[in-house]
Amino acid sequence: MANVYSVHDVLQKHSIKLMVGILAAVSVGGLVEIAPLFMIENTIEKVEGMRPYTPLELAGRNIYIREGCYLCHSQQVRPFRDEVERYGPYSLAAESMYDHPFQWGSKRTGPDLARVGGKYSDEWQVRHLIHPQDVVPESVMPSYAFLAATPIDGSEIADHLRALRVTGVPYTDDQIAHAAADFSAQGSAEGADADFDARWPKAASRDFDGNPEKLTEMDALVAYLQMLGTLVDFPKIVPDADFNR
Amino acid sequence: MTVASMTAGGASPGRVIDAPVVYKDDVVRWFMIAAIFWAIVGMLVGVVIAAQLTFPALNLGLPWTTFGRLRPVHTSGVIFAFGGSMLIGTSFHIVQRTCRARLFGGFASEFVFWGYQFFIVMAALSYVLGGSQSKEYAEPEWYLDIWLAVVWVTYLVVFLGTIIKRKEPHIYVSLWYFLAFIVTIAILHIVNNLAVPVSFLGSKSYSLFSGVQDAMTQWWYGHNAVGFFLTAGFLGMMYYFIPKQVERPVWSYRLSIVSFWSLIFVYIWAGPHHLHYTALPDWVQMLGMTFSIILWMPSWASMVNGIMTVSGRWDRLRTDPILRFMIVAVAFYGMSTFEGPLMSIRAVNGLSHYTDWTVGHVHSGALGWNAFISFGALYYLVPRLWGRRAVFSENLVRLHFWLGTIGIVLYITSMWASGIMQGLMWRAYDSLGFLQYSFVETVAAMHPYYAIRTLGGLCFLSGVLVMAWNLWMTVKAGEPAETEAPPAPALQPAE
Ligand code: HEC
Repeated sequence: MANVYSVHDVLQKHSIKLMVGILAAVSVGGLVEIAPLFMIENTIEKVEGMRPYTPLELAGRNIYIREGCYLCHSQQVRPFRDEVERYGPYSLAAESMYDHPFQWGSKRTGPDLARVGGKYSDEWQVRHLIHPQDVVPESVMPSYAFLAATPIDGSEIADHLRALRVTGVPYTDDQIAHAAADFSAQGSAEGADADFDARWPKAASRDFDGNPEKLTEMDALVAYLQMLGTLVDFPKIVPDADFNR
Repeated sequence: MTVASMTAGGASPGRVIDAPVVYKDDVVRWFMIAAIFWAIVGMLVGVVIAAQLTFPALNLGLPWTTFGRLRPVHTSGVIFAFGGSMLIGTSFHIVQRTCRARLFGGFASEFVFWGYQFFIVMAALSYVLGGSQSKEYAEPEWYLDIWLAVVWVTYLVVFLGTIIKRKEPHIYVSLWYFLAFIVTIAILHIVNNLAVPVSFLGSKSYSLFSGVQDAMTQWWYGHNAVGFFLTAGFLGMMYYFIPKQVERPVWSYRLSIVSFWSLIFVYIWAGPHHLHYTALPDWVQMLGMTFSIILWMPSWASMVNGIMTVSGRWDRLRTDPILRFMIVAVAFYGMSTFEGPLMSIRAVNGLSHYTDWTVGHVHSGALGWNAFISFGALYYLVPRLWGRRAVFSENLVRLHFWLGTIGIVLYITSMWASGIMQGLMWRAYDSLGFLQYSFVETVAAMHPYYAIRTLGGLCFLSGVLVMAWNLWMTVKAGEPAETEAPPAPALQPAE
């Protein structure tokens, strides 16, 4: 009868067999846990309102990633009474379906940001990012004043949308064709036109950073923060209590 | 047959003894120097970011020096630069000794050294300049990922090639672990970093997966970076250096077999415990939790095997500070592999997750286990690699041991306190049924613990500086070993 010792006795005398044995042992878990997530349909519930990020929001999200905000902030409200009261409805899988990569985070040195959109005014967000301790004296968040001084433009943003389309985000040709123009329009003081609103439902357009002269990284980041958690209309959704929980 | 025995000279009776092998030690020496250098850099950055959480003004308001950009420099610096240099260097040393064969592949091993160091420097630079892709412990962007894949496959070829041309019938325990480490890290690295670059001249890319699937893939990677880099690889070190240092064979060969296969099989499943109560489907969370708890068994089996190897020589723990480093390392391994399964239980995780408890847990493993076993290995190897009789000063090794231990104790106790406290404060309700604390009140409450943690880190770092000086003096002024060390005996199981 082959027991683990006799099998091992063969493997430990033959390097390639040993390697194949290792490969077999380490493959099972990953295959069982990961592969079905791509195949089982109800991994992601169907909700209304989700849309891909606008060009400016996407740029803001990239700044969020670049600065490592995810190292201090989660974007995933757990279904606990205290979290729902503190942050809002718990997070659904669908809400991050266009997130390449996901930003759920692993540490809350600062609060969860999954539903921070609309919680504060633009002005508050800008003041806070420039010097958090001015607004919240006990804060340990770093100052990001340099964002307000760094201009940004949308000249390459269409390439980003195209790359995302390859990963499966349903950007339309129309959205990609107008990406650069929509990028500037969303952050301009005049706001964007009706075509923009049609292309990007529920997207706010205004001068986010309080500096109408130029478009800065601060505009992009605040545009992103202000849309977080605002796409899905929660009161309308009554999540099936058993779904996924 | 439950007890392995050590055959002196590496030859079993009746076998022809070939001409002595000339080992390739240069590369190993370079890796040891690099490891010490990166230990200092990585831990220094750790102390800096710990201080930033205590006094946020230390972020300096510059883009390059904020917590968010420096934190990956710290984690990559200690895990991949220090830990990785230790792992590759010791694996090259051990594979040659236990196979009685020179490293395979000519200059390929030099390429592994320079290629790996280049990767580390470029990764650190890219983080500081804002080029992270945000997957924790896998922050480098696609162009560096491809480079690392090339270096890593070369490493596998050198390592496997050396095993293939071995002059010993058996493959020693350590090598099973190192092989599992190298192969699995290759798979994890490649799958987790699948991405679509925006352009071939730019550094930015978008992860191929999104949302739930991306989270699961990332933590399958992330947890097994712990499992295969920080556990399997370092167990490979343990299985060689502890027997060497106490001059006794591994306690139980059978236990090492069972724990090896169960460890690598079970570890892979544990990732989802990083995603409890998230939008990840429940069934995956349950699987992750179940296997995380099972994982306790193989982990403790390895611990028992390591510690019991000293049995019959317990007195050595009092007299030999190098052995003490190694054994305390295994004890910390046992402690954090008990704490880990505990924290993977959903109810416990609901409290601990997102808090400093996790940070403390990681550091009891990283400082107590990975760093301590590495220090033991360095004190063992450096005199031998540079032909010295012994470490320059045993008293300095003792000092290092105590600085390190006090540092760890300060670190993990402060993180337990702050983590559990913060978790409880977040969920506290007052008598009227309202949340009792605002978030920022919990931030303010962390301040003293963050200060203690910084102090603990500083202690640990000063221990490393003492070690660096001690080893430098060993090489510079140590008494030469009387004779060229004979080919080290291989630690083979009895037949
Ligand atoms: C060192 C950890 C740290 C980093 C890095 C960090 N933050 Fe914070 N953040 C905090 C803390 C602590 C608070 C709570 C105190 C406060 O409001 O300042 C906070 C609060 C916030 C808030 C207010 C949330 C609320 O609901 O009140 C926002 C918005 C925010 N951070 C955004 C960001 C962004 C965007 C980044 C990256 C550019 C970032 N943070 C980086 C620690 C951090």
